[in-house]
Amino acid sequence: MRFDWIANNLDYLVELTGMHLWLTLLPTVIGLLVSIPLGYLAFTLRRFYPLIVGGTSLFYTIPSLALFILLPKILGTKVLDPLNVVVALVFYTVALLVRVVADGLASVPPEVVDAARGVGFTRMQILFKIQLPIAVPTILSGLRVVVVSNISIVTMAAVIGITQLGTLFTMGFTRRLFVPILAGLVICLLLALALDRLLVLLGKVMTPWSRKGAL
Amino acid sequence: MDILAWLTDPSNWDGVGSIPHQVLIHLIYSIVVLAVATVIAVPLGVFVGHTGRGESLIMGSVNAMRALPTLGLLILLVLLIAPTISNSLAFVVPSLVVLVLLAVPPILSGVASGIRAIDRSVIDAARGMGFSTAQIIWRIELPCALPLTLSGVRGATLQVVSTATVAAYVSLDGLGRFIIDGRAGNDYAQMAGGAIVLALLAILLEAAFAGLGRVAISRGLTRRMPAHPAPKATAPRPRATA
Repeated sequence: MRFDWIANNLDYLVELTGMHLWLTLLPTVIGLLVSIPLGYLAFTLRRFYPLIVGGTSLFYTIPSLALFILLPKILGTKVLDPLNVVVALVFYTVALLVRVVADGLASVPPEVVDAARGVGFTRMQILFKIQLPIAVPTILSGLRVVVVSNISIVTMAAVIGITQLGTLFTMGFTRRLFVPILAGLVICLLLALALDRLLVLLGKVMTPWSRKGAL
Repeated sequence: MDILAWLTDPSNWDGVGSIPHQVLIHLIYSIVVLAVATVIAVPLGVFVGHTGRGESLIMGSVNAMRALPTLGLLILLVLLIAPTISNSLAFVVPSLVVLVLLAVPPILSGVASGIRAIDRSVIDAARGMGFSTAQIIWRIELPCALPLTLSGVRGATLQVVSTATVAAYVSLDGLGRFIIDGRAGNDYAQMAGGAIVLALLAILLEAAFAGLGRVAISRGLTRRMPAHPAPKATAPRPRATA
């Protein structure tokens, strides 16, 4: 074991971590932005709930590696384009979050919505000021699952040669080096832990009413 | 279209290394992994669900497992084991181990949360009727937990079938072979063809599980049989505004 490898390659590790973070966070944010209107549609048009939720969760059936490889043909990108990974993860994020958003909105007590309508809130005001804020805990718990699993899905892209933390695994394999593999595993776990804590914190900030003694 | 040409090339459909051969190997790996994972996860899940002990620990580790990259773990295990074992077991064992690690958490949490979700009064009633603990587990808890157990197994299957491609990265067979070899030889048609077969296999298995759920789950637990049969329309219902 040569742990000085880490000190000698610190810049490289930082670069890979940055790339990995970008490939995880960008699709998560885009996926969330796509899931909110879709989830709202599934919630308001109850008849279409099975179609919208079932249809989007079908994306999850397609193995990530297969998606990374097939997307270039559909998008016209190169196989090595990180965009393929971003698009694939947007699909997975949507697959998980549409149901979460719809169920989160459904968990808002109807009398609260009625009260808001009674004091003259418009439909959009009800959505953004009442329903979404109350659904925040549910949506965030879904988002935590998404972020953590996205971090490990991204590493699979190393098999076809897209640079991120998974590259440390393939490089460690070809050069028979343990330290890069261990470093990759540890950084992935730390990233997952950090992002998860960050989301929990964000949830606390966004729902001040849930804090003890706030009322 | 070259992908179509690859998929329909007769030489890819016959013999060692052909599409059917790799599908078979892929399925064998997946079935072995799922069988081992079920043997580990179901008793553990029954223990957690029945006693309520270790729930937070188990559920917490289920979440942590999601972050652990299978590819990295597999390569680490191979590098550790390869010097001590010289035959192909040095690659087979680590592949099976990492895939089992992937499959245990969803099955375990399916069984445990399925049992936890059963109405206590149902279990109390069974005990009142003189059911032993073993009978309660076999005849009440496991059948009632079947919907969530099956969705756990379904999730695990999907994960394992998707991820078993990594076995090819450490030189084993399976559908990952086409992806890895195609990548190495800059043969996009082969890569994409393998990816399509893999995706189709996953979708087929998903459909099979949907069918299995219909057959295996007690009709009393699904909405296909109403819990309270609708009253027959013999007499006109009194109107609310009468």
